Amino acid sequence: MNTAMAKLRVRKRYNYAGLLYISPWIIGMLVFQLYPFIASLVYSFTTFSILTPPKFVGLQNFIRIFTNDKIFYQSLKVTLIYVFIAVPAKLAFALFIAMVLNIKIKYVNFYRTIYYMPSILGGSVAVSILWKFLFARQGLINQLLLDIGLPYVDWLGSPKWALYTISLLTVWQFGSSMVIFLAGLKQIPGELYDAAKVDGAGRIRTFLNITLPLITPMIFFNLIMQMVNAFQQFTAAFVITNGGPMKSTYLYGVMIYENAFNFFKMGYASALSWVLFVIMMAFTAMVFKSSPFWTHYEDGGEF
Amino acid sequence: MVADIRRNKVAAYIFLSVLGIVMVYPLLWLLGSSFKTNHEIFTSLGIIPKEVITDGFVKGWQGPGQFTYGRFFYNTFLMVLPTVAGTVISSALVAYGFARFRFPFKRILFVLMISQLMLPNAVIIIPRYMLFRSLGWLNTFLPFIIPAMFATYSFFIFMMIQFVRGIPKELDESAYIDGCNSFTIFSRIMVPLLKPALFSAGIFQFIWRWNDFLNPLIYINSVRNYPLSLALRMSMDITEAVNWNQLMAMSLLTMIPPILIFFFAQRYFVEGISTTGLKG
Repeated sequence: MNTAMAKLRVRKRYNYAGLLYISPWIIGMLVFQLYPFIASLVYSFTTFSILTPPKFVGLQNFIRIFTNDKIFYQSLKVTLIYVFIAVPAKLAFALFIAMVLNIKIKYVNFYRTIYYMPSILGGSVAVSILWKFLFARQGLINQLLLDIGLPYVDWLGSPKWALYTISLLTVWQFGSSMVIFLAGLKQIPGELYDAAKVDGAGRIRTFLNITLPLITPMIFFNLIMQMVNAFQQFTAAFVITNGGPMKSTYLYGVMIYENAFNFFKMGYASALSWVLFVIMMAFTAMVFKSSPFWTHYEDGGEF
Repeated sequence: MVADIRRNKVAAYIFLSVLGIVMVYPLLWLLGSSFKTNHEIFTSLGIIPKEVITDGFVKGWQGPGQFTYGRFFYNTFLMVLPTVAGTVISSALVAYGFARFRFPFKRILFVLMISQLMLPNAVIIIPRYMLFRSLGWLNTFLPFIIPAMFATYSFFIFMMIQFVRGIPKELDESAYIDGCNSFTIFSRIMVPLLKPALFSAGIFQFIWRWNDFLNPLIYINSVRNYPLSLALRMSMDITEAVNWNQLMAMSLLTMIPPILIFFFAQRYFVEGISTTGLKG
């Protein structure tokens, strides 16, 4: 009895050593994340270059963004197109490959390694340079098209195609989404598939009624992560096409960078970054709010 | 039935192999092209050069200006290695603090830490730049190293918390009874058991920092301090239209460290990704 009481008291007591262990994070969070986060909101109501101190201008930046900046709307448009093409394509592809790998076959690790390799190179400049070569006017892809008798495509030089060429680079790096899906598929009990077979369900029905519902937590997670990344894509658009041709790949990240570090419109760029933040939060919130309707958790969603 | 399954498997193997070739062909083509003449790069589809030349490497290594790629590799390591060490050590300490102690405001702090995962870099980059500028850190590697030492990559904290929670609490308790204090529990029990997590965090962080382009672009402005990502872009701008094989050869070289690490540490990759799920 006594020892149980003592134990209870020990459990309830705070151990301040914990604060000591997390103190590096507290300092780092305050100085390198929270302060910049608030500062950029404050900056967004000012105008300043690097050399001049901020001058308060109220809502002027935001008014200009929404009423007097055609480039903003162009950039927002191509960014949304990019997000809505690249993310679903990447996830669909990753899920499909994970399902094929999940058939009990040998050498799964070998294939997984091969498919994962492009993802390691991520948003590196080297990969962007490679893409530039592959899709150049006389690049490998066009040579291939000519060889099989198809007309060549101006992958990077035409405003119609450039954004898709960049999206393709994103899809090529489906590796980490695939690994997450594969882990999820491995958790689905085999009995479910056996039962479906006994009931005479076809492949498509099995996919729609068993695989897809049970994999929704992974779809949810991948969707959030990939969306947050895609909204901020920078390197590929900056290195491969530099936002062109005719601003057809002028993704939001490129626009913020140019305004801040080429035009030195720090206040305006901060306002742009907050508009992006609000848009991203809106999309994320939409996914979160809708998730109870389409995600399925074995524990009923209560943990 | 059995024949059906076998046919499925054969189809799967063929599909996976064809796709595998499509996936890595660009990389193999890059490898081959670095040894080709500039003329051949744009006139052949094959990987193997008709005439093997090492011009691309020899001349490319000289770099686009007064510094060689040796310097750029050196800079990259100088930037990346302390950043990785700082990230791993600080994240492990913080994860231990979150996972094993009760302290005031823990819930709020934890929620803050998780919400950091969603904080877009684009929103904080301008004030950060101004901050580092006023501290006199521009054109040094401090903007990379110091924030890492203060555990600003909350993704890795989250990942390690997941791992720490998998270590039985009884281990801590028995060590405590044996006279260990909380720090010796961390260094003698947690660190050895967390090794896989520390490795995966280190590997991911290495590769991400190695490939990073936007941050160096903003913080580093003299060629002397350029990491590889900036050097490659400079080479690209300068060699426009002529020395393709040099650019290819140097691109290839910069890919080698991440790929090597990936091959030698694969199981940590898979573990890291499947415990937390991941971007990239």
